[in-house]
Amino acid sequence: MATEAAMPESVLLRWVRTEGMAEIEQYRRAGGYDAARRVATELTPDQVIEMVAASGLRGKGGAGFPTAQKWKFIPKAAPVKYVVVNGDEGEPGTFKDRTLIEGCPHLLVEGILIAAVTIGARKVYIYLRREFYRGRLLLDAAIAQARAAGFVGERIFGSDHAVEIVVHPGAGAYIAGEETALLESLEGRRAMPRQRPPFPAVAGLYQQPTLVQNVETLCHLPVIIGLGPERYKELGPPVLFSVSGAVVRPGVYEAPLGVTLRSLIFDHAGGMRPGRRFKAAFPGGVSSVFLTEADLDVKMDPDSLRQAGTMLGSAAVIVVDDSADMVEVMARAVEFYRDESCGKCTPCREGTAWIAQVFERILHGRGRSEDLALLEGIAGGMTGTCFCPLGESVPPGLVASLRLFRDEYERRIAAGATDGR
Amino acid sequence: MTEAAREEIRRLAGLYEHRQSALIPALFVAQQEAGYLSPAVLESVAEVLELPVTEVTSVASFYGLFYLEPVGRHMVHVCTNLSCMLNGCQRLLSRMQEVMGIQPGETTPDGRFSLRAAECLGACEEAPAVLVDEDRWAAVSPEGVEPMLERYR
Repeated sequence: MATEAAMPESVLLRWVRTEGMAEIEQYRRAGGYDAARRVATELTPDQVIEMVAASGLRGKGGAGFPTAQKWKFIPKAAPVKYVVVNGDEGEPGTFKDRTLIEGCPHLLVEGILIAAVTIGARKVYIYLRREFYRGRLLLDAAIAQARAAGFVGERIFGSDHAVEIVVHPGAGAYIAGEETALLESLEGRRAMPRQRPPFPAVAGLYQQPTLVQNVETLCHLPVIIGLGPERYKELGPPVLFSVSGAVVRPGVYEAPLGVTLRSLIFDHAGGMRPGRRFKAAFPGGVSSVFLTEADLDVKMDPDSLRQAGTMLGSAAVIVVDDSADMVEVMARAVEFYRDESCGKCTPCREGTAWIAQVFERILHGRGRSEDLALLEGIAGGMTGTCFCPLGESVPPGLVASLRLFRDEYERRIAAGATDGR
Repeated sequence: MTEAAREEIRRLAGLYEHRQSALIPALFVAQQEAGYLSPAVLESVAEVLELPVTEVTSVASFYGLFYLEPVGRHMVHVCTNLSCMLNGCQRLLSRMQEVMGIQPGETTPDGRFSLRAAECLGACEEAPAVLVDEDRWAAVSPEGVEPMLERYR
C-alpha cells in the first residue's frame, strides 16, 4: 500500500472514479467542456494539433500511431470529412474503454468535439460494441445532455462549427476492431479488412477522409488541452492499463508510460494470489507476445516492449500464474483467432484452423512427437502472409510458447503416448 | 414485420449518407421484434432498405449476435476467453450446462434459455463474466448460477 501513496494524482481516472460524472452539470462543475469550448472558439486547428503533437499522444487502440501525425494526414481542403470512434473494444483482456464510457461518457463526447472541430468534420459515428449495453445508455444520455447544452449539433458553443454524433452498434465480431474492417461494418457489410493504402485518412468512410480514433485516445484530448501538453507529460504521460487474470485486484489502473510490469502487477493490482507464483503475462492483450519472470522489470512503453520482442498494444495485461498450463492458454488463444478470423485470406483462415486442430489433439492425449515441428511450420507459413494483423498476431506468441514452455508441450505429448490413446 | 419496425428502420437509414449503413442496426430492430432472423424477416429488412436479400443474409450470417435460428427468451453468454478462463469459467459453464440441461449453442426445451460460450466481453475485472440478455453479471460462481437464472423467467 505504501507505493500507492507515492503514485501521482490520476489525471484520467479521476474523472471516471468521481461519482456523478455521467451528469453534465457535475462534469461542467469540474471544468468539463472548457477544453472543447476553447478549441471551438479560441484556438486554431494548427494550435490544437501542435498541442497534441507536443503531448506525445499515441493511439491507444493497439497500433500506437502518433495522434497528431494522423490528424495531419487528413486533407484540409476536403469538403466532407468524418470522425469514426472505435469503441469496438474486443482485444481479450482490454476493458479501459468500457470503464471510461461507463464512468464518464462526457469525457469521450468532449474528446470527440475537440477532434471533429480540429479536423473540420461535421459528422461523427461512434462504433460501439453491442455488448456494452450499459455504456450505450450512458453515452446516449450524455450526447442528449450535450446537445441540450448547445455543445452538439449546429453552432456548438456559439461558434460556426457544427458536429453531429451518431452511435452505431457492432454485432459481435472481433475483426471489426481493425480500422478498415470497422469502416466496412459501418457501411453495412461484412467486417473484412480493406487493402491499405489508401489509408482511412485519405479514403475512409464512403471513400471520404476519415479520422478513426480509439475511445481512450479521444478521452486524453480534454486533459491535454486542459492541463497543457507540458503538464500532461509531467504527470505521466498517463496510460490506462487493464490488468486481469490471476491477480488479487484486477482492474483499470492509471500509471505513467514506462511503469514496470512488476509495479503494475505487484503495486497496482495487489500482486499474485496467496500461494501462487507469477508465470507469464501478456502485456498488450492476447495479440501481444507474453513475457515471463525474467522480463518483470521491463518498462511498459512501446519502445522497451518492442525491444523485448512484444508490444504495448492496448495496454491490457493478462497475468498467468503457476496453476495454469501454458498449452491450454495458447490453445485458447488460438481457438479465439480461429473463430474470429474473417476468412478473407487463406493463411489466416486455414492456418488458425490447422493450428487449433493440432492443439486439440495434443490436449486430448493424441499429440504426436512431430506436432511441435508442425506447429512451427504452420506459424512460419502464416508469418508475413496474412492480410491484416489478426492472423499475423498468431505466430509470434505461438513460437515463443514453443521455445519457452517446450517442456509443457512435450510432457503433454509423452503423457498421451503412455496412455495409449 | 410491423409497421412500427419498418418506420424505425427508415429513421435509422436517415442517419447515414448511404442507407446500407443502417443494415446492422436495422437487423437488431428486426431481431428484437421477431426473436430471430428468419428468411422472411431478412426479406422484410431487405425490402425496407432496398437491398438484395442475398446481401442482407450474407451480412447477418457474418456477425455473432445475429440469430438465424430460433433462440430462447433469454440469451446467456458466458465469457470463456483468457481472463475468464484463468478465473474458472469452465466450472461456471459446466454448472450452467448442468442446471439448464443443454450444451453451449443449444436452447432449453421450454424455450426459456439459450446458452452460448462468448469471446471476451470486455469485463475482465469481473471474471468470470456473464451477460444475460442486456445485464452483465460479475464474478459469477458455480453456486451463483441458480439464483442468477431465477431472475429470468
